[in-house]
Amino acid sequence: MTTNNMQQAPAQAILDPEVKESRTGDGSPAVTLSGAWDIRALEARAKLLKTRLRLLAADSGRRWDLSPIQRLDHIGALLLWQAWGKRRPAQLALAPGHEVFFSNLDSAAGAAPRVPFDPVRLVRALGAGMLLAHEHLIGMVQLIGQILIDSFDLLRHPLRGPWREISASVFRVGTQALGITALVGFLIGVVLSYLSAEQLKSFGANVFIVNILGMGIIRELGPVIAAVLVAGRSGSAITAQLGVMRVTEELDALSVMGIPHTVRLILPKIVALAIAMPLLILWTSGIALFGGAIAASMELGISVNSFLSGLPAAVPTANIWLAMGKGIVFGALIALVACHFGLRVQPNTESLGIGTTNSVVTSITAVIIADAIFAVIFSDIGMSFL
Amino acid sequence: MSPIIEVAGLWTQFGDHIVHKDLNLTVMPGEVVSLVGGSGSGKTTLMRQILGLEQPARGTVKVFGIPLHGSKVQMVQKIRKRWGVLFQQGALYSALSVYDNIALPLRELRAFDEDFIHDMVMLKLDMVDIERRHAAKMPADLSGGMIKRIALARALVLEPELVFLDEPTAGLDPDRSESFVKLIRSLHQKLNLTVVMVTHDLDTLVSLSDKIAVLAEQKLIVYGSLQEAIAVKHPFILNFFLGERGLRALSAVGALGKLNSRI
Repeated sequence: MTTNNMQQAPAQAILDPEVKESRTGDGSPAVTLSGAWDIRALEARAKLLKTRLRLLAADSGRRWDLSPIQRLDHIGALLLWQAWGKRRPAQLALAPGHEVFFSNLDSAAGAAPRVPFDPVRLVRALGAGMLLAHEHLIGMVQLIGQILIDSFDLLRHPLRGPWREISASVFRVGTQALGITALVGFLIGVVLSYLSAEQLKSFGANVFIVNILGMGIIRELGPVIAAVLVAGRSGSAITAQLGVMRVTEELDALSVMGIPHTVRLILPKIVALAIAMPLLILWTSGIALFGGAIAASMELGISVNSFLSGLPAAVPTANIWLAMGKGIVFGALIALVACHFGLRVQPNTESLGIGTTNSVVTSITAVIIADAIFAVIFSDIGMSFL
Repeated sequence: MSPIIEVAGLWTQFGDHIVHKDLNLTVMPGEVVSLVGGSGSGKTTLMRQILGLEQPARGTVKVFGIPLHGSKVQMVQKIRKRWGVLFQQGALYSALSVYDNIALPLRELRAFDEDFIHDMVMLKLDMVDIERRHAAKMPADLSGGMIKRIALARALVLEPELVFLDEPTAGLDPDRSESFVKLIRSLHQKLNLTVVMVTHDLDTLVSLSDKIAVLAEQKLIVYGSLQEAIAVKHPFILNFFLGERGLRALSAVGALGKLNSRI
C-alpha cells in the first residue's frame, strides 16, 4: 500500500536503504550503504536498521562507505550517527553533497533540559495552591470594589451608563435561555410529581402534592435549576468571551482608549444577569409547576385547575419574593465569577479552556453555597403550617 | 522533471463573488515561487486550496502528482508528511512546550525513540538559531520572531520536500526579517527545498524568489522571473513594484538597471 502510493509520485521511486558488509583489500571489515536513507524510506524500519547498524558499529575499526547513498536527509544522518555512538567513525567515506547533513550533528548531543528532582515538591505545591487562592480572593475583592465604584459613578451620571450593553445582555442571557429552562423545568416538574405521587398514594395523602411541589419548586428547585442552567450556558460564554478578548488584545485596546472594561463589559453582564435571573426563575418554576400539575392530574386525578387554585393556600407569597431575591444574588454571583475567571485567562488557548471549566464549576458551587446560606437565614420565613 | 504542484483550471467562488477564474499554476522542484496580489485577490485562498484546507469550486490541484481533492484519505495523508507549512502567526500549539511542538510530528510517526527525537529536535533548533534553553518554554512566553523560527523548525522536522510560507516576515522587525530571509535562503540551498510563499514584503520577495506569480483579475497575470513581472504594464504591478517602496527594494538588488535597459 505504502509503496504503491509512493511510486505514483514523480521523481520519488522508492529506494530501500541497503546495508552490505564486505572486507577491504587488506582484510579489515567494511560496510557499504546505498539506496535511500531519508525519512520516507526509514519511517517503517528505523528500529530494525538501528539495531543492525549498532551491531556493525561495535567494530570500531570498520570502514564506512556512504558514498553510494542516493538520498540522505537529517533523519538518516542522525540515525547513522546515533548508531555510531554519537561520533564519526575513523574511516568514513561520504558523497560530496552529503557532508552538510553530518556537519552540525556533534552539537545536537547536548544534555536534555531535564527537570531536576525536587524533594519538597508537595510543600511547594501546597504553598502555590495557597498563593493561588489568595490571588483569587484579592482579584475578586478588587473586581467587586471596582464595580461598586463604577456603580456609584453610574448613579451620578446615569446617561453615560452602558444601557445598550445591558439590554443586549438581558436578551442574550435571559430571552434566549427561555427555551432550555422551560424544557428542563417542565421535565423536572413531571418527574418530581410522579415520584411524589407514588409515595402520597400509599398514604392516601393525594392533596399534599400541591404543597410538596409548590414549596419544593418555588422555594428551592426552581431557583437552583435555573441558576445551574444559566451558569453553564451564560457563565461559560462570558468567561470565554472575555478570555478571547484577552487573547486578541481587545481588552488592552479598550484600556488604552481609556474605556474601563469594568463599565463596558463587566457591569452590564452583572446587571443583566441580576435582572434576568429572577425572571428566569419565575418562568422555570411556573413551567415546572405546570408540568407537575399535568403529571398529578394523570397520576392522582387532581385536575390542573384545582392544583393551581390550591397553590396560594399551600405556598405563602413570601416564597416568591425569596425566590426572586435568590435570583438576583445568584445572577450577580454567576456573572461575577464568570468575569473574574474571564479576566484571568492568559493569552493562550489552554488557559482559555481551563478558565472556562473553572468558571462554570466555581459558579455552580457558589450558587449552591449561597442557596444553603439562604436556607439557614430565611428558615422561618414563608413556611406554611397546617 | 515532473512538477511538484500543478493547479489546472481552478475556479473559486464565494456566493456571486468569483475569486479565481480558470487559474493555472505549475511549480517545478527546487523553485522558490512567490504569490503576490492586492488584498482580496485570493493569494491565501489559493494557498489554502493547494494545502487541501479549502475546496475549489472547479479545477484540480495536484501535489507530487496526486490530485488533492477526491483522492483517498491515506494518499492525501502521505502528501501531508512530505510538505511543511509555516503559518502567518506560527500556529504553535500553545498547550505544548517548544520542545514538544517540534517533537510532535516525529512522535506521530511512531518510528523513532525518544533519544532520537531529542537529538533531532536539538538539531532543528540549532538550524533555526534558537538557543536550547528556550526548549522548555511555552509559546506564550516567546517573542514573535522566535515563534516564527520555531514554527519553521516544526515545519522542517519531517524533512519536507515542499515548504509553504504564509507571510514569512510579516510582524518581524527589519533586522529579524532579514535574518529570517537569510535562514530560509540557506535552508533552501542546503536542503534543496521547493518553496511556495505568500508575501507582501518586497525585500523578502526580491531576495528569495525565483519566480513571481502575480494574482489579479481572478487569474495569474504574470508568472515568471522578477524582470518578466515588472515588465508587464498592469496597474497592480506599477503600484506594487514601481511605487516608491518597490523602487527602493528593486534598486537594492540591482534589478532596475535591467528594467531601464528594457524600457
